[in-house]
Amino acid sequence: MYKATIIIKRRKQILDPQGKAVEQGSKLLNLNNISNVRIGKFIELNVESATEAEAKVEVDKLCNKLLANLNIENYEFSLEKQ
Amino acid sequence: MKQPKFGIVVFPGSNCDHDAYYVTKKIFNCETEFLWHKDSDLKSSDIIILPGGFSYGDYLRTGAIARFSPIMESVINFAEKGGIVFGICNGFQILLEANLLPGTLLQNKSTKFVCKDVYLKVENIESLFTKNIFKNILKIPIAHGDGNYFIDEAGLIELKSNNQILFRYCDSNGLINETANPNGSIENIAGIMNIAGNVFGMMPHPERCSDEVLHSTDGQILFKTIIQNFIK
Repeated sequence: MYKATIIIKRRKQILDPQGKAVEQGSKLLNLNNISNVRIGKFIELNVESATEAEAKVEVDKLCNKLLANLNIENYEFSLEKQ
Repeated sequence: MKQPKFGIVVFPGSNCDHDAYYVTKKIFNCETEFLWHKDSDLKSSDIIILPGGFSYGDYLRTGAIARFSPIMESVINFAEKGGIVFGICNGFQILLEANLLPGTLLQNKSTKFVCKDVYLKVENIESLFTKNIFKNILKIPIAHGDGNYFIDEAGLIELKSNNQILFRYCDSNGLINETANPNGSIENIAGIMNIAGNVFGMMPHPERCSDEVLHSTDGQILFKTIIQNFIK
């Protein structure tokens, strides 16, 4: 079994209103050095696979088909043997 | 041709399914059936409506999980064979996730949920959904947090060259400008169709302004136009 750690990021050119709102919030805390806030997703999951290569194929498929919307997001992941 | 039969898909979290049912069944006397998301039978419907709501709690992304419901496999097959599919609000989001329409609906630029009447300019009067529509500025309510239509530059050029943009947000005089844009949608886009012209999605809710009792009936014009164009 492998544990996958997946990070999904909004592409740079896509507006991130949530990130903007957080940036404004940081100003309210008088933390004026904060900028370029981008909010993405962090996902952990287990995958029952005999080999790392098989796990990679499966997680990649899941990211492509469900977890990320490739019109606006990119993803990356790492695998750790359990 | 006879009146179309409508099939209205019900996902967990749909909340405009009964409004749509009321309009097609009670206002227009068309045969109408609900289609449960776990079923795959479209019950011989001629027009499928994906209604508004918050299917699967909007988890992950709006429409992202609904798109894999068993009923959606049938809807996708139906659409690929030329069947008419109409997505409203969350239904539009699902059509985009299912790749039946191009682009993505992002969070509103303001980060706020917007619920108000807006004006829409009819941009294409040759489609099944808008042909012979007798008004070119419609007042229809919106109610969404993720209605900010985005498509990349190449996609936008394609939308325009194929006349796929059906509605844009405008002011009461039909002027398309930033002030009339409620959510930050690229070029004020409020509704589009696919190239083949049988799949149609829009963020505003025509089913919420289709009964005289509401003193707002522009949505009825849209449903009437679709039904008449189907019959012809």
